Amino acid sequence: MLKRNIREYGMFIALFVIMAFFTIATNGIFISSRNISNLVNQMGYIAVLAIGMTLVIVIRHIDLSVGFLAGFLGAIAAIGLTAWGLPIWLVIPMVLALGVVTGLISATMIAKFGIPSFVATLAGWLIYRGALLQATLRTGTIIIPNKAFNAIGNGYIPDIPLEGFLPGLHKLTLLLGLCAAVLVVFSAISSRKKKMAYDFDVPSKAMFILQLIFTVILVGAVTYVLAGYNGLSWTTVIVLVVTLIYDFITTKTFLGRHIYAVGGNPEAAELSGISVDKITYVVFGSMGMLTALSGMLFASRLQSATTTAGTGFELDAIAAAYVGGVSSAGGVGKVTGSLIGAIVMMSLTNGMNLMGIDISTQYIVRGAVLVIAVVFDVATRKHRK
Amino acid sequence: MSVPILEMRHITKEFPGVKAVDDVSFTIESRQIHCLVGENGAGKSTLMKVLSGVHPFGSYEGEIFLDGELQKFKNTHDSERAGIAVIYQELALVPEMTVHENVFLGHELRKGLQVDINETIKQTIEILKKVRLDVNPATEIKDLGIGKQQLVEIAKALSRNARLLVLDEPTSALNETDSENLLDLLRELKQQGVSSILISHKLQEVISIADTVTVLRDGQSIITLDASKDEINRDVLIKNMVGRSIDNIYPEREKRELGEVIFEVRDWNAYDTNLGREILKDINIQVHKGEVVGITGLMGAGRTELALSLFGNAAGYNLRGEMILKGKQVRFSHPKKAIKAGLAYVTEDRKGDGLILIQDVKTNITLANLDRILRYGVINGNVEIKDARDYSDSLNIKTPSIEQKVVYLSGGNQQKVSLAKWLYVRPDIMILDEPTRGIDVGAKFEIFTIMNQLVKEGMSIIMISSELPEILSMTDRIYVISDGRLTGELEAKDADQESIMSLATS
Ligand SMILES: Nc1ncnc2c1ncn2[C@@H]1O[C@H](COP(=O)(O)OP(=O)(O)OP(=O)(O)O)[C@@H](O)[C@H]1O
Ligand SMILES: [Mg+2]
Repeated sequence: MLKRNIREYGMFIALFVIMAFFTIATNGIFISSRNISNLVNQMGYIAVLAIGMTLVIVIRHIDLSVGFLAGFLGAIAAIGLTAWGLPIWLVIPMVLALGVVTGLISATMIAKFGIPSFVATLAGWLIYRGALLQATLRTGTIIIPNKAFNAIGNGYIPDIPLEGFLPGLHKLTLLLGLCAAVLVVFSAISSRKKKMAYDFDVPSKAMFILQLIFTVILVGAVTYVLAGYNGLSWTTVIVLVVTLIYDFITTKTFLGRHIYAVGGNPEAAELSGISVDKITYVVFGSMGMLTALSGMLFASRLQSATTTAGTGFELDAIAAAYVGGVSSAGGVGKVTGSLIGAIVMMSLTNGMNLMGIDISTQYIVRGAVLVIAVVFDVATRKHRK
Repeated sequence: MSVPILEMRHITKEFPGVKAVDDVSFTIESRQIHCLVGENGAGKSTLMKVLSGVHPFGSYEGEIFLDGELQKFKNTHDSERAGIAVIYQELALVPEMTVHENVFLGHELRKGLQVDINETIKQTIEILKKVRLDVNPATEIKDLGIGKQQLVEIAKALSRNARLLVLDEPTSALNETDSENLLDLLRELKQQGVSSILISHKLQEVISIADTVTVLRDGQSIITLDASKDEINRDVLIKNMVGRSIDNIYPEREKRELGEVIFEVRDWNAYDTNLGREILKDINIQVHKGEVVGITGLMGAGRTELALSLFGNAAGYNLRGEMILKGKQVRFSHPKKAIKAGLAYVTEDRKGDGLILIQDVKTNITLANLDRILRYGVINGNVEIKDARDYSDSLNIKTPSIEQKVVYLSGGNQQKVSLAKWLYVRPDIMILDEPTRGIDVGAKFEIFTIMNQLVKEGMSIIMISSELPEILSMTDRIYVISDGRLTGELEAKDADQESIMSLATS
């Protein structure tokens, strides 16, 4: 049981070790509510990219254009809000739709014209870089004065106005955490019951309860830490919602099955009635949409669109996905894994910053961690043969 | 007696949940051909992977002796160096490279830093003579038929001075002539001091070539027969393989009235733009409800191409002609549409385009018909497990669980998963492309029984096969294809092997 799941647990253990290390090395500053809250906000725009990238890599492709595309779409959002004076409720869906369109353009290059994704998106990398520069050419950095928009990257969900009750803690966050815990417990119990109704094997009762307790403690701890500062940030909410939706799609729907089938063996998928081209369009379309989201998260966080926004995001996202266990051979990789991968990478940056470690050393450490994670992944996969 | 060339002693190899090989011992004297037979999943391939170092020393129990010396292979390089060459069913040749490049791949002849091309070609010509392959060494592999590729593979082994050839189902993809050639070659090499281990489900072959035979069942060695002492015949082999005797290889077929014509192809032409030539010419075929139609012909005659062109044309040929399904003219632009309309296609190459090897048994079984496990658009994992178990049980798939990845199943059981996947679609017309390739006698019987059951329930089956006895016994009507053309149509009851062969080569 433990052996079989070592790959999945391995990542949690690694994350735990990294967090524990930084907590000790920074005398507890790392684990403080304020820092964790910050960390999550810093990570958001990479996390959503990593989730999209996971699917791209699963179907044996790559998307190098997402960095500057995020920057460019962020700039479009900024221009929309300022120069064009559009309302926020129009700008957000518009930019998301634009993201989908750009993704579909990449997909057309790949599926219709048969250009390798590396080349097609490398062209995108150049083109969107140019587009970003042109968009910010006249004004340079575009300051975004829109409060609501800037709240996406910096704001927190409102609290329940209850003076005196649980002072210093964010009550709505606690309440949501409680709901999440209850939901997890109930769905676990009902899924176990259904399995038993089918006469399937289920883990022993003791084991099951142990797992439940562990999950509840985890949810509780995270909620408590977050509630200690301003509570859940909007970024956290967005990342959680995106993760939940993508996790659901990939594990529970036919679309997810089709994506993993195409990644596992495109020829067999095609002959099983799955259109490989269609899946390529869907996956790149989704990547484009998440890129737009990432670009807006970043612009909102900086409260402005800059000429260099998005530089290197694609590489951070790819690294997060690999740390999270996707395989470039295709067909393997979970979006939840990539989320953890993104948290691991961001924890490293954040922790080393707190420790005052030089940026040059930071790059080397992050490179080493990437290699170690992938080596571990490959080794455990072999081991199971 | 001399020291045996190979001795495997008390070999045991376990995987999580399976004891694939269980305390097997056998010996091969020099200048011998040893055959391994057994049902699908009996452990034959695994035993050979232990020998070749795929499963390295330390991952199994027991000892391997070559010429009386204990061997501890850590990888396939070690075993190669010791003179063992393994030829898998999926050939390990680079299609875009020439024959001589392939023969010396990995141990190129050098002159300084350069590859000595002249010496390479000279030596290749000599080796090709030894394997009696008459081709220009500069030919690219992809331009050779599978039978010739097989010979190149053996040439490659000989160029490394292999003394022991291991062939895992080498003839399963070969036609009769090519198989005969290959077996003759093995006999000849034996005289020259190269011994062989041959795995095969074609018992006739085994009987004709074996000096000794070891029968495996459930990982255990049941018996070793010596042709010089024991009688080796079909009955003895089957009895030891399955533990009981099987009188009939083919189940009885009930005589039935055929239904109306359900599927028809008229003047069907296909042009392959990659090859730049016509691969199917004026094919006319009819299939009745409840009928088993056989399509046969030599390897490369265009049978698989025909199936692909009918089943949604995934290969992208330019098609001409009419296809009529249940009285309506149809044309499928994608396999998806063909499936919707009631067709299923069990591919010939299950690893290449049939299964998703890195996924588990249940995911593969349900893949082509996810609608059956969707509830309100969401996959119901419990229904999936239940259905997958039902199908896996009814086809007798040997696997520790339906959560096992397909890549870890034996070849024959992979084939059954492939079949289960398409049965799960509940088609009206099922195209089976070489359905019994690499399948043991017992499983063949099971598959044939299932086929009989299916046609009785009203399904129609198009069975593509090179095995003439099986085509003759299992079908109602037979179409023979040669070089992309239909050269004959026979009632199965009036046909025999000779009449088919003469049509197939006309
Ligand atoms: N790498 C592996 N991991 C787990 N199980 C395996 C692995 N390789 C083989 N097995 C299992 O070991 C058993 C023996 O398999 P093997 O491939 O040796 O059978 P075989 O005799 O060659 O059968 P076939 O005639 O179908 O090729 C099977 O039950 C198979 O599922
Ligand atoms: Mg085998």
